[in-house]
Amino acid sequence: MTPKLLSGNAAAAWGARLAGVDYIPAFPITPQTEIIETLGSWIDSGDMPGRMVTLESEHSMLTAAGAAAATGVRVFSATSSQGLLYAMEMLYTVAGWRAPFVLVNVSRGLSAPITLEADHNDILAARDSGFLQLHCADCQEVLDSVLLAYRLAEDPAIRLPVLVNLDGFYLSFTREPVDLPDEEAVSRFLPPFDAGEIRFSASAPQSQAVAVLGGGPYSYFRYETHLAACNGVAVYEQIAAEFASTFGRERGALEQYRCDDAELVFYMVGSFATKAREAVDRLRDAGQKVGLVRPRLLRPFPLGPVEEALKGKQAVIVIDQNLSMGQGGILHTELLAALYGKPGAPPVVTSFIGGLGGRDISAEEFYHMVTVTRQAIASGTVPPPRLLYTAGELREIRKLQAVAMVERQETAPARGTAAGKEAAHD
Amino acid sequence: MTEQRFKRMKDLPSTHLLGTGTPMCSGCGGLEALHQIYDVLGDKTVFVNAAGCMTLLSVYPFTPFRGSWLYTAMASAPAGAQGVRDALDILAQQGRMPAQDDLGVVVLTGDGSAYGMGLSATSAAMDRNLDFIYICYDNEGYGNTGQQASSATPHAALTATSGGSRGYPGYKKDLFGIWAAHRPAYVATVIGSEPLDLARKIEKAREMKGSRMIIALAPCPTGWDYDPKDSVEVGRLAVKTGVWPLKEYIDGKVVHTRVPRERAPVEDYLQLQGRFGHLFAPQKNTALLEEIQARVDTYWAGVEPQRPAS
Repeated sequence: MTPKLLSGNAAAAWGARLAGVDYIPAFPITPQTEIIETLGSWIDSGDMPGRMVTLESEHSMLTAAGAAAATGVRVFSATSSQGLLYAMEMLYTVAGWRAPFVLVNVSRGLSAPITLEADHNDILAARDSGFLQLHCADCQEVLDSVLLAYRLAEDPAIRLPVLVNLDGFYLSFTREPVDLPDEEAVSRFLPPFDAGEIRFSASAPQSQAVAVLGGGPYSYFRYETHLAACNGVAVYEQIAAEFASTFGRERGALEQYRCDDAELVFYMVGSFATKAREAVDRLRDAGQKVGLVRPRLLRPFPLGPVEEALKGKQAVIVIDQNLSMGQGGILHTELLAALYGKPGAPPVVTSFIGGLGGRDISAEEFYHMVTVTRQAIASGTVPPPRLLYTAGELREIRKLQAVAMVERQETAPARGTAAGKEAAHD
Repeated sequence: MTEQRFKRMKDLPSTHLLGTGTPMCSGCGGLEALHQIYDVLGDKTVFVNAAGCMTLLSVYPFTPFRGSWLYTAMASAPAGAQGVRDALDILAQQGRMPAQDDLGVVVLTGDGSAYGMGLSATSAAMDRNLDFIYICYDNEGYGNTGQQASSATPHAALTATSGGSRGYPGYKKDLFGIWAAHRPAYVATVIGSEPLDLARKIEKAREMKGSRMIIALAPCPTGWDYDPKDSVEVGRLAVKTGVWPLKEYIDGKVVHTRVPRERAPVEDYLQLQGRFGHLFAPQKNTALLEEIQARVDTYWAGVEPQRPAS
């Protein structure tokens, strides 16, 4: 079929439409808004059944989403950044309810300072919430991941909500050719949600999300949730295999690009991995054996596949589009925890922070990371995490600071002391 | 409106739906009201609860409810009700749920949530004319955490966070007025010590559609510091003194359902409660008592003489 030019936001909306969602609690936030506007227009025009309701906050939006899923309908919602954090209490809560639904997050850097463009501190703040996470690198993957996410969320061995992440601007507002899967094929792959007995009904009353007293029962239910999430690795691989045979696209837990004979591999998530692919090609052209490993599935952590993919490599170059203040990159920390002591684990794992607030990562920087990592292999000393920033960028910020300083000096007397005020009137 | 179901006390339900043995304090005025409310609403209800005393009604694996229950969080019970209501409607519309499996959706929160943290979610639920009943049990403070002052706390009451010689410096927020300003289908104040008035209002609410908002003053022996056996008396005095006006908002009008012909002095109500003890000992604080009395008098002066609704 002919691909359609779709933005990442439109692809997310198509994913929800094809999944036949019943209910969409919504709240607008840049750069997510196009998703709910698109769904709203389809519902208004009758192109899509379903009900959308705009709540007064993301906290309420997530509460309504979880409550509706707990009542037995298929629910979709979307947010971004500050909205995801505003809803954070409810992310943990509805995951604890074991309410299966799909939430799209359009990544955007967190305040302060307030900004609009992408990085992953928002989605990674939800890392420990009980939501499973799928991370997308292109618009086709956004659509596909929404469908995969429903299968994952609703699987009886899992029954947890799933976050699908796409990068603000880089994917949300970028049009790419996207294949719209055939509706019948989608309904075979993703049959309607059957909540079974876990729903509200007058003839079968039940209490959900009740309190517990003491650490014993609390631990039991928390462990249950963890173990259900862990089931997600095997279940996801099975769903992805079925997806590949139905739609012809590989969507395994990891993307592995030119990894087979690679000595060094980049390790990262999200749309900037497409820049890494390009860098890998250029480095390969120059005779360097470099590859890319990109987790699509980040929660549950695909430990087995990651271990397997990195076994025997000389080094891993971890690129974190996030920053844990006082620690460094979150993916880096997680990867070290996963690899430590494993036979055949790469002896060198270097860490680079880049792409915060939509800052670009240039081809030269990818080459530079390889150089630094090769030096680490040769010297046996791994450098501390590097914060990518160029001399040019530093020069630009110095210019902004100089302007700010001049403005402050010029306006200071007028708003300062009484003497200053008088002077300003002279 | 159908013929009134509750003409006199003996018309009140004689079978009781809410189970006993809950961990609420003895003499809990909130539980007293909830018992009566549940008997009128019936068990085809799902209670959507916000953090508060009554969150402890359903502790795994027990519940006193014959119907359903969903605990949400402190701020967003009305949004939980929205999700449940919409999902039930969708299931019915799609033919995936027989009509007799439908449920009434009832939010149950304390004043901490209703007057403060949950007010935004409540306001928005009324904006959307959500078809639900909201029950606020108002014990005039953050009761479950040890009675710290909330915006429902009355002037001069001692709380865990206002223990000075003049008690709480603020004034109880007019939540009835705030809710009524949204023009929902129904707003009413009730109290467990006036069961007939309560039952009539809950029955009226039950038969309506849209947002139906109920505030139940909940005398609280633990937080207000009085003997649990006096809960009913404290409640009656709240009404007799005019401190807790029983009223309803319907069709754009506020009607007082019980206008005390001669109001008892507020002192009668206040002196039963340790939280107002500083008004009476070591010496009587006449000025502050007069101020409190004057506020009640001013309120009632603004209420036109009305015949109580039959």
